[in-house]
Amino acid sequence: MDIKYRNYNNVLYVMLIGELDEHTAKYTSKTLDDIFMTTISKQIIIDLSELKFMDSTGIGVLIGRYKKMKSKGVSIFISNPSYHAEKIFKLTGLYDIMPKIS
Amino acid sequence: MKEINQMELKFKALSENESFARATVAGFCLSLNPTIDEITDIKTAVSEAVTNCVVHAYKNQTPGMISIKTTLFDTSVKIEISDNGIGISNIDKAREPFFTTCPNSDRSGMGFTVMESFMDSLNVENLKCGGLKVTMIKTFEQKENKLKKLG
Repeated sequence: MDIKYRNYNNVLYVMLIGELDEHTAKYTSKTLDDIFMTTISKQIIIDLSELKFMDSTGIGVLIGRYKKMKSKGVSIFISNPSYHAEKIFKLTGLYDIMPKIS
Repeated sequence: MKEINQMELKFKALSENESFARATVAGFCLSLNPTIDEITDIKTAVSEAVTNCVVHAYKNQTPGMISIKTTLFDTSVKIEISDNGIGISNIDKAREPFFTTCPNSDRSGMGFTVMESFMDSLNVENLKCGGLKVTMIKTFEQKENKLKKLG
């Protein structure tokens, strides 16, 4: 898992590159927490266009980040999910807390 | 249902083996000409079942082994994933959406729900000799139908 980010106009763009499963979950959670805590922004957009695979462990990672940022008044959005990631998001209702934006 | 091919895979219950396991099972199914969507469904379901073994089966003990038996039929695949771990005391409860035994960690509790909805059937049973066995079946859409869809 490779994570890239940039902060622009109070919006933090984060890109997940690789596969998100049990093996990469801890690293992904910790890296995202570090980026989110050190960057001041009101909105976070997670770009999934380069995410090659994700299972429900990925949902756990995303929900965990949502819980942490919600208390700080920061909203998180999902951008460019694959057809398959979207299938898991719809099944688990993730879009209710992290809406998709185009 | 005629059995046409079979393979068995055995590996240690470590998270780094997950991508190997799902890619191997998916690769073995390729001779049945699945669609990319069907292959991704299989990869995801295998990943969920293997994650369960890695995270729960050998909790507080040295990781044991996971075996995956994959059987190909004319138009479908049967995937049996088993371990020698602690099993599940209440399988019906464990299969409920959002149920997790680790509520304080980032666990979605959606593993069995994903397996159930991405595959055509899911059976979960405790083995008499200890451990758990998850059996999943997926039927592939037939070529004639795929061609019809293409027009």
